[in-house]
Amino acid sequence: MTFEVRDNIDIAWCPGCGNFPIRKALIQALEEMNLEQKDVVLVSGIGQAAKMPQYLNSNFFNGLHGRAMAVGFGVKSTNPDLKVIVEGGDGDMYGEGGNHFLHNIRRNIDVAHLVHNNMVYGLTKGQASPTSQLGFETPLQVDGVILKPLNPIALALSAGATFVARAFSSDMEKTKEIIKKAINHKGYALVDIFQPCVSFNKINTNKWYKDNSYYLDDNYDNTSLSNAYEKALEKDKFPLGVIYKSDEGNSYTDRHNVYQKENTPVHKRKKDIKSVNKLINS
Amino acid sequence: MGKTVNIVLSGEAGEGLKTIEKLITDLVSKYYYYFATKEVMSRVRGGNNTTEIRISEDKVYAFQKNIDVLFLLNDNALYRLEERINEKTVIFGSEKYKDDKIIKNKKSKLEIIDLDKLAKEAGNKLFKNTIIFGFLLGMMELEREEGNEKIKEFFNDKKEDIIDKNIDALEMGYKKGENHTDLFNIKKGNIENCKNISGTEAVGIGALAGGCNFVGSYPMSPATGVLTYLAAKGKEFDVLVEQAEDEIAALNMVIGSWYTGGRGLATTSGGGFALMQEAVSLSGVSETPCVVHIAQRPGPATGMPTRMEQGDLNLTVYAGHGEFPRIIVAPGTLKDGIELTQKAFYLADKYQVPAFILTDQFYVDSNSQMEKFELDEKYLEQNIVETDEDYKRYKITEDGISPRGIPGYGKGVVKGDSHEHTEEGLGTEDFNIRRKMNEKRMRKTVKILEDYIEPELIGDKDYKNLLVGWGSTYGVLSEYVNKSKDSKTSFLNIKQLYPLSENLKEYFEKAEKVLVVENNFKGQLANLLKLELGIKVDEKVLKYSGEPFSIEEIESKLKEVL
Repeated sequence: MTFEVRDNIDIAWCPGCGNFPIRKALIQALEEMNLEQKDVVLVSGIGQAAKMPQYLNSNFFNGLHGRAMAVGFGVKSTNPDLKVIVEGGDGDMYGEGGNHFLHNIRRNIDVAHLVHNNMVYGLTKGQASPTSQLGFETPLQVDGVILKPLNPIALALSAGATFVARAFSSDMEKTKEIIKKAINHKGYALVDIFQPCVSFNKINTNKWYKDNSYYLDDNYDNTSLSNAYEKALEKDKFPLGVIYKSDEGNSYTDRHNVYQKENTPVHKRKKDIKSVNKLINS
Repeated sequence: MGKTVNIVLSGEAGEGLKTIEKLITDLVSKYYYYFATKEVMSRVRGGNNTTEIRISEDKVYAFQKNIDVLFLLNDNALYRLEERINEKTVIFGSEKYKDDKIIKNKKSKLEIIDLDKLAKEAGNKLFKNTIIFGFLLGMMELEREEGNEKIKEFFNDKKEDIIDKNIDALEMGYKKGENHTDLFNIKKGNIENCKNISGTEAVGIGALAGGCNFVGSYPMSPATGVLTYLAAKGKEFDVLVEQAEDEIAALNMVIGSWYTGGRGLATTSGGGFALMQEAVSLSGVSETPCVVHIAQRPGPATGMPTRMEQGDLNLTVYAGHGEFPRIIVAPGTLKDGIELTQKAFYLADKYQVPAFILTDQFYVDSNSQMEKFELDEKYLEQNIVETDEDYKRYKITEDGISPRGIPGYGKGVVKGDSHEHTEEGLGTEDFNIRRKMNEKRMRKTVKILEDYIEPELIGDKDYKNLLVGWGSTYGVLSEYVNKSKDSKTSFLNIKQLYPLSENLKEYFEKAEKVLVVENNFKGQLANLLKLELGIKVDEKVLKYSGEPFSIEEIESKLKEVL
């Protein structure tokens, strides 16, 4: 069984799009982890990145713009036996879905949150995204972006995320390894994936990302929150790799009272009308 | 129609009106029929709230405007209730709360009783509620020992000393109440096989009976009660309850749960439901079931958060962009609250559509006796299939229903999609597939109508005038029909508001005059009946002040038009 699609499908991404290597990295990660398609659910919203599940062979729920994280929460908390990956772009997850981003970090729901960050809106053709840099000119931000770019790494850390990483699409091998770590993490795991948009972002190109990032070295201690904050705030060059990881604190389903009682997914538990009748007849 | 006494307690928020109501209704429900409702201001403390407890020899379901016995517990009370008192009203209250002008004008009788002073004598101002409880027992000539037992039960987590003092306070009130037995000349009976429940509890129990195992909701009056009810029952009944960050998240969570095999509920009011609309549409196209309880309050926007209206029928019928089938039910009785909520889960699952339970503040915040009954296990049935390798989530079938698989059950994969999609669940822009998929989804309406939940006719089958209502007007309209000796007028309570069955037409064809009674400005049901079934409505009786119809109001309005 493979997560690769069976037939040749018509992929709607532009040639050279950073989504292609991310797709390969994800498929390889899932296969190397020996996961079965039936046990994996990809949840996405709307945007070019959010089309990812359509181009993989596994369970998926491709819902509304911005709302994938909420659906992902519903999936994981109903059946914690499933591996849930919530995937989409920077507009989808940090803009429209900003509130769900924030609060699912607080929940520490056990999902891998893969956010393709190309600092621009692709599907709607080139407007600013929450991560667009100051001065970035678009047909809508005609004199350049005047809003400060969102720092998802710092934001996730401050909301209490237990796993925060950044990857770069062009390095498929390292991206794959980071995705695997995120999927294996027991709790909420953010992977912000730098990715060039070849059609609408002529500033933050593949070369730009390459020149403006570096990998954290092996000596970096990612269990330290203060280290992580320091890395999150670096601007000259963006650090890549697992910036923070904490195994403290259980994931949402481990803490919720229905799962403290027993592990069986809630939807598999037998319902008995007799116990409800007692509410009426006692 | 037997005698009824309408007792109203009027005081500040946070003073404990709820406690008295609970104590008294627990006790009187053994001997009399009762209906209790409250109207509260949108505030946590202060202001003026009232609790109405109607006690009767016969079944009562309606809000009664005229007050027989009134307890004034704060100084805001009297002028707010001016329209509800008359020459028959006896008012109990402290000197400082009275307003001579109003009382004189209304020719009501005022009996001075300084409850604060008595409470202090009993040891604490908090004993006020127990004194009133004792007073009412004395007035009703119920055994004080029964009252004492209730006190012990209610305060069972408190120190013995507190219980003793409460029992003393009860005695204090009882002695005062004994002097007013003339105010309560209701024949004592024996009510058996009934359970006191509120509309909120009915919806909550219905959800459990429908196999609900997931709740995602954002608190919003007046729908929060269902959320807290299910949170309290969560561990025992295996319901995962989560407070969502907003209503948009709430319904998307619920949809995620249903996709996975859960049976999720979102409970909200109009404003929250407005935020959920895109997700309703998602449920429609992805054919992922969902259930939403909407406890209506007056809009637009914030409107009147703690008041009632039936203004969101249109919103619910048309919620979400695009076209797709849906089911809307509206309970009128407490039993309906349980059964229709239960069925909403069953029908949502069976037809893979969004299902809505439409209630309102008056319905959820009122309580009364419900005859005990056994629930039907059938509604716990799940229509989930084990998938094979070639599983297609949106297989085109004759009746439009594609066998629903869930992730992890079977060898196949389940692809749920918000785009127009192929049978496999992949996004498509093929016009031919679009047309077929659209027709497939809409075909489900035919099957949904085969399961149409029949309306209830109250009154004579051979009627001339047909009163039509939905939801919480059940109480007042059924009481009107039962009470009036006019056999020419019957009441049709429509339980399933959407889709509407053609069979309903029969009821209207028989009628010479059709009157639709609703708590909204436009007559939303009347308009829907016309649009969907071509039914001509002769008269709309409408109220949109934020209060429910009172029995007196219905009597006088119907006198005008019938």
